[in-house]
Amino acid sequence: MAAPKPRSDLRAELTAARLAALDLPQGGFTAPARADALARLQAMGLPTRRDEYWKYTDPTALTAADASPAAVLVDAEAPVFEAIDRLKIVFVDGVFDAAASDDLSLEGLEISRLAEAGDIHWAQGLYGTLEAKGQIPVARPLAVLNSAAATDGVLIRVTGRVSKPVELIYRHMSEASDAILHHFVKIEPQADVTVLESGPGASRFNTVMEVDLGAHASFHHIRVQGRDHHRRAVTHVFARIASEATFKSFTLTMNGALTRNEAVLDIVGDHATAHIAGATVGDAKTVPFHQDDTVFVTHAGTHCESRQVFKKVLKNGATGVFQGKILVKPGAQKTDGYQISQALLLDGDSQFLAKPELEIYADDVKCSHGSTSGAIDDTALFYLRSRGVPLAEAQALLVLSFLGDAIAEIEDADIAEAITARLEAWLARRR
Amino acid sequence: MLEIKNLHVKLEEEDKVILKGVDLTVEAGKVHAIMGPNGSGKSTLSYVLSGRGGYEVTGGSATLDGAELLDMEPEERAAAGLFLAFQYPVEIPGVGNMTFLRTAVNAQRKARGEPEVSAAEFLKLVRAQAKLLNIDAEMLKRPVNVGFSGGEKKRNEILQMAMLEPRMCILDETDSGLDVDAMRLVADGVNALRDGKRGFLVITHYQRLLDHIKPDVVHIMADGRIIKTGGPELAREVEENGYADILAEVQ
Repeated sequence: MAAPKPRSDLRAELTAARLAALDLPQGGFTAPARADALARLQAMGLPTRRDEYWKYTDPTALTAADASPAAVLVDAEAPVFEAIDRLKIVFVDGVFDAAASDDLSLEGLEISRLAEAGDIHWAQGLYGTLEAKGQIPVARPLAVLNSAAATDGVLIRVTGRVSKPVELIYRHMSEASDAILHHFVKIEPQADVTVLESGPGASRFNTVMEVDLGAHASFHHIRVQGRDHHRRAVTHVFARIASEATFKSFTLTMNGALTRNEAVLDIVGDHATAHIAGATVGDAKTVPFHQDDTVFVTHAGTHCESRQVFKKVLKNGATGVFQGKILVKPGAQKTDGYQISQALLLDGDSQFLAKPELEIYADDVKCSHGSTSGAIDDTALFYLRSRGVPLAEAQALLVLSFLGDAIAEIEDADIAEAITARLEAWLARRR
Repeated sequence: MLEIKNLHVKLEEEDKVILKGVDLTVEAGKVHAIMGPNGSGKSTLSYVLSGRGGYEVTGGSATLDGAELLDMEPEERAAAGLFLAFQYPVEIPGVGNMTFLRTAVNAQRKARGEPEVSAAEFLKLVRAQAKLLNIDAEMLKRPVNVGFSGGEKKRNEILQMAMLEPRMCILDETDSGLDVDAMRLVADGVNALRDGKRGFLVITHYQRLLDHIKPDVVHIMADGRIIKTGGPELAREVEENGYADILAEVQ
């Protein structure tokens, strides 16, 4: 009998098979960054369940050479941000759709497409750099793969106050689609932008968004992931946050066989703010549901505040994962770090796996974290029912109540309302 | 209107009998008070009538206008016209007080086959009621009972009662944790709802609430039974002498 192969060989084979299935883009200003990413990926290899940060989430479907098909959801709902005046940029199965998109010019912004940017671009020397920096101390191989293989994306330079949000709309039209998009958002000092994202993207979707915030800059990010039941997605946000800058990101996840949302926030300046929040609702009744938030916040500056607020509602054997870390570097005094992750388990079959971590090398800081999972509060349920609210409606109200803290992280009232409406509709369909 | 006959109740999870044959009838338009020492079963009675889980009815019945309450879900009892003002109103973060009220009112109307109240009309009704109870607009916007003082919570219960227009109101120790002024405000709210048709069951430890909400009938409850029934003078007797004399007299 042949000896079992060493794990490193298996990882190398997995990586080689994935790369062989890809048609890597050539040339352009990103060529050196892509070559670097390819070399890093070959050295690092794609993840397996044996990796510490993939213990709770099986990456097989994300690393396989070919994507599993995912049925396209026939959706009667209006687009989530329909009521918001915004600049729309549409990708269909990862391919830019000029006809469906708005004109890409807007005061205070420069937008160009990754696939069309020539040999010289302001993003030269930036593309892939925040991703590369975010590999330490924890490797994020699917982001490296993205930097090497992304076929398109947007490069947004924000130079002033932008009058309306930019929305990246990811439509899923083909069951066989497998898409990789990479965006870079550079926000100059004092500038301010809101970026919205919505849609499933593809049957298998891999995104990276690098966000570079200058001093006093501000970035608001609200994302609604697609409800297609069988889709699989891995997303990454890498942010570098300078002094007195504000970074705020919120994600709503409903449905999806597999979703892994990674965020690596690097606070390099002083007096900066970084908030990241997520609301998740998953029902595994007909299709498995697995959603994972993996967050790493690094405080390098002084007097900075960070908040992680993640809430998950899990039903019929759904799985939620939270891996959140706050790293306070030496000298990052007066840090105020907060982290909460909570799951509402609507039955005994669902599970929430949480790994909160704090690592602190400064002595004058305030850091707290909490993680809970539990059922709907019987007393509150009785209170509502005693007022005449029927059981299913009372449960839905309490689910929204539970998600309230995460939704409260959205500053814009109209956007928060759009998100709440989505959740209400999702809950109403399950009564 | 409310007719409780030989009601026997035990805890669902343990072998503990709480109500040992309660008989009580509240006529339309009347205010009945139940007084009694701690652990006599007063609050259990209010919970069992409104349908809270954790109790097992082992015998007897409780009907509202002839309909058996004990067979109904809590929301059906509410739609049938029963209302319980909680001793400890529950905080519900993330749900606006106004949203909650309108959801409740419309759910009940729907259950009774009545048209829903429009948002504008509802707002008008709530504001008028809230003003009577000294509840400001800010309190209506805030999440249900979150950050409310003890008095605000109890006033909010009475506001719900006023908006839901129940046939039969049960007040479970509504006076607990209230100062004199707050108690008067709550009592005024309750008295405003006394219209000669609505029934009230007021559960309290102390006579002082009954100075403000004047009962027609007073019952003394002990060890899971009504042991004595009388007029308002019975409440004053308790206030002066405590329960010991009555308990001794019955035994």
